[in-house]
Amino acid sequence: MAFTNKKVDILVAGVGGQGTILASDILAEVGLRCGYDVKKAEVHGMSQRGGAVESHIRWGEKVFSPQVEAGKADYLLGFEMLETARWTHFLALGGTVLINRHRIPPPSVNLGAAAYPSEEEIESVLGARAARVWWIDGTAIARKLGNQTVAGMVILGAFSKLLDQPGEVWTSVIADLVPEKFVELNLKAFGEGRGLPLPAQKKGGNICETSV
Amino acid sequence: MKKLMTGNEAFALGAYLSGIKAGAGYPGTPSTEILMNFARYPGVYAEWSTNEKVALDVGAGVAYAGGRALVTTKHVGLNVAADSLFYTSYTGFKGGLVIINADDPEMHSSQNEQDNRYYAKFAKVPMLEPADSQEALEFVRLAVEISEAFDTPVIVRTNTRLSHSKGVVEVPGRAEPDPGGGVLDGVERYERNIPKYVMVPGFARQRHPVVIDRLAKLAAYAEQSPINRIEPGSGKLGVISAGVAYQYAREVFPEAAFLKLGMVYPLPRDLIKGFAAMVERVVVVEELEPFIEEHVRLLGVPVTGKDVFSRTGELSPEKVRRSAAGAGLAEAPPEAAAAPSLPARPPMLCPGCAHRGIFYALQRVRAVVLGDIGCYTLGALPPLSAMHTCGCMGASIGVVHGVDLVGVKDRTVGVIGDSTFFHSGIPPLINVLYNRGVSTVIILDNRVTAMTGHQENPGTGRTLMKDPARKIDIEALVRGIGFEKVDVVDPYEFKEVVRVLKEHLDSDEPSVIVARYPCVLSVRERKEPFTVNLEACNQCGNCLRIGCSPISKVEGGVSIDPSLCNGCGFCAKVCPRGAITA
Ligand SMILES: Cc1ncc(C[n+]2csc(CCOP(=O)(O)OP(=O)(O)O)c2C)c(N)n1
Repeated sequence: MAFTNKKVDILVAGVGGQGTILASDILAEVGLRCGYDVKKAEVHGMSQRGGAVESHIRWGEKVFSPQVEAGKADYLLGFEMLETARWTHFLALGGTVLINRHRIPPPSVNLGAAAYPSEEEIESVLGARAARVWWIDGTAIARKLGNQTVAGMVILGAFSKLLDQPGEVWTSVIADLVPEKFVELNLKAFGEGRGLPLPAQKKGGNICETSV
Repeated sequence: MKKLMTGNEAFALGAYLSGIKAGAGYPGTPSTEILMNFARYPGVYAEWSTNEKVALDVGAGVAYAGGRALVTTKHVGLNVAADSLFYTSYTGFKGGLVIINADDPEMHSSQNEQDNRYYAKFAKVPMLEPADSQEALEFVRLAVEISEAFDTPVIVRTNTRLSHSKGVVEVPGRAEPDPGGGVLDGVERYERNIPKYVMVPGFARQRHPVVIDRLAKLAAYAEQSPINRIEPGSGKLGVISAGVAYQYAREVFPEAAFLKLGMVYPLPRDLIKGFAAMVERVVVVEELEPFIEEHVRLLGVPVTGKDVFSRTGELSPEKVRRSAAGAGLAEAPPEAAAAPSLPARPPMLCPGCAHRGIFYALQRVRAVVLGDIGCYTLGALPPLSAMHTCGCMGASIGVVHGVDLVGVKDRTVGVIGDSTFFHSGIPPLINVLYNRGVSTVIILDNRVTAMTGHQENPGTGRTLMKDPARKIDIEALVRGIGFEKVDVVDPYEFKEVVRVLKEHLDSDEPSVIVARYPCVLSVRERKEPFTVNLEACNQCGNCLRIGCSPISKVEGGVSIDPSLCNGCGFCAKVCPRGAITA
């Protein structure tokens, strides 16, 4: 298969327990099945205990570093609002953000020592680098499907629309990687995301280059 | 067939394919999954040993008997096993022995970021360092060959970014293990050889020259080994690198010539000199210490290294580029941005975690808590802030004894997890009693090694192979040592915990409290979420002080996020107004 984009660098950010690892496994496997060299990096262990987690997924003709270089990520997929903003500096100028409209307050906010940034504040942090910020009600959609943990799959579904890989590649990877009894639910969530209308484009974004 | 594998998965497959039949280790991020994956292959044996030293001794025994052995530990695990590393270097083995040892630059999950390449030099054993998952698989196989050909343990060094990253691996179609791995295959390979295997001074003196000679042979091997290779490039810049750092350097210096070292000890002298002669300027890109750089300097080659690249933390493409740009070696990234400043999100004790009850009680009795390593170390973070020292596994009990020798005005207590207790808590506990100590030790028995991802341990009644096992009875063990004051508490019973704590901490009798409740994640216990009656809430803040993430401050009180709440009800127990209910 030949695709228009020579390299795709993706960062997935969220909170431990939100399914960022499964999502990034799916992203890596899709790249492999589409003929790319692929690397993926993340950190397990201490940071999983409700802390901030991020996964790097890289597709290319030849990939050396498992980590995306700061300032070069084409896409930032955020499963939680604050965590999305935290990785803004990894985004390439003109990159694209998909952000789940969902808040998990960190301890300092719970204790009233810090404020959780508003949607406008988050949008403006991201907007410093992103050409497009696509807000997605992933958690709300997932809740309607009966399980809010599949919010990430909604985001993946939406993301799949920005690339030119055929939908069947995505669904077959999901069917292979998700534990059997959750496949249907995950595919439904993915389908919901893929069915969302694309938002309007800000000037000079990279979506046109990466989707034919 | 092409497959995406983590470094740790590839290590396990490599070990299986090279005919290793026995593996021993102790969990430790980022090494843990190597043995977990290895244990799943047919016809192999793998165990969680009680600690890394035991694991290496087990591996040595397997290899003495002619089997091939795998030992896995994180970097600091080799500190625990160091004594055994040094004798195995002298004795060598009948079968091959490979130690896969995982460094953790940046300390993603560790107490320090020591550079374990020095262990290879220190113990005079060879060390290989793969740079991706494909090499992880291949280097383990090579390590077995080297071990058997040179009669030495071989260390394969990995790190967090190799162990936990996925890359494409060409998996052999018919994956049959190499025959000759041993372990009860009916072939007798054991041989008695007292001068080789009994390290009394007279015999050890004979072995040391053998080890030195072996090192010379290994250095000669390093000169021609295909895993030390030159990748041609422009004559201007020559980069010497190894492991994951090589990958970063390849991104930052696309034009440069590379000397990619797969064997990081011993290092090849002529190869390095020859490479240096080919280029105008030599740069060494390596994480942590200037290990390769020092060697290159000793050869009289001028080199750029730690004068430019950081000696702390892990490298990354960005860090290498920024440092290189600062020294005029690469173009700066055109529009770098700083990380936005936002509220941090540190790891926390999970909702429902039983450790919380103990640390909240310790905070309330104002104890000085001499701590240890595990999930429970999170008790040191605010708002609990109820652990005051933590250095390495097993340290708590010796430290509390030492603190009690001097005395402090507040109550003191040592706190240690169950797996950590089995790992290195028993000798210091005996020490307290033997040396007439007065300390109290709390063993946080959550019935699993939780921190590293819920591994079995001697208290769980199951082995790594999932076979039923004898459950080591902590109370019986402690009483057997001779402790008479021993109590078991349920950490959720706040009032009872405080009562027992005061009784023990105020007494001069050395004592042990076992706080027992299974890790809620490991047993997947989840009850109905609790809710807050804002009319009853007087905003005292007690429930916020237990540091449970679903509970947050809102107008007029607090609220509990039902999607995060585990339903343990501990917050209800600390609420003086009964405002929190199921
Ligand atoms: C020598 C050494 N080996 C391994 C580790 C990694 N490690 C840290 S704590 C821990 C075990 C924790 O288990 P436990 O004491 O039962 O506490 P829990 O996490 O279950 O609360 C391990 C394996 C380490 N830090 N040092």
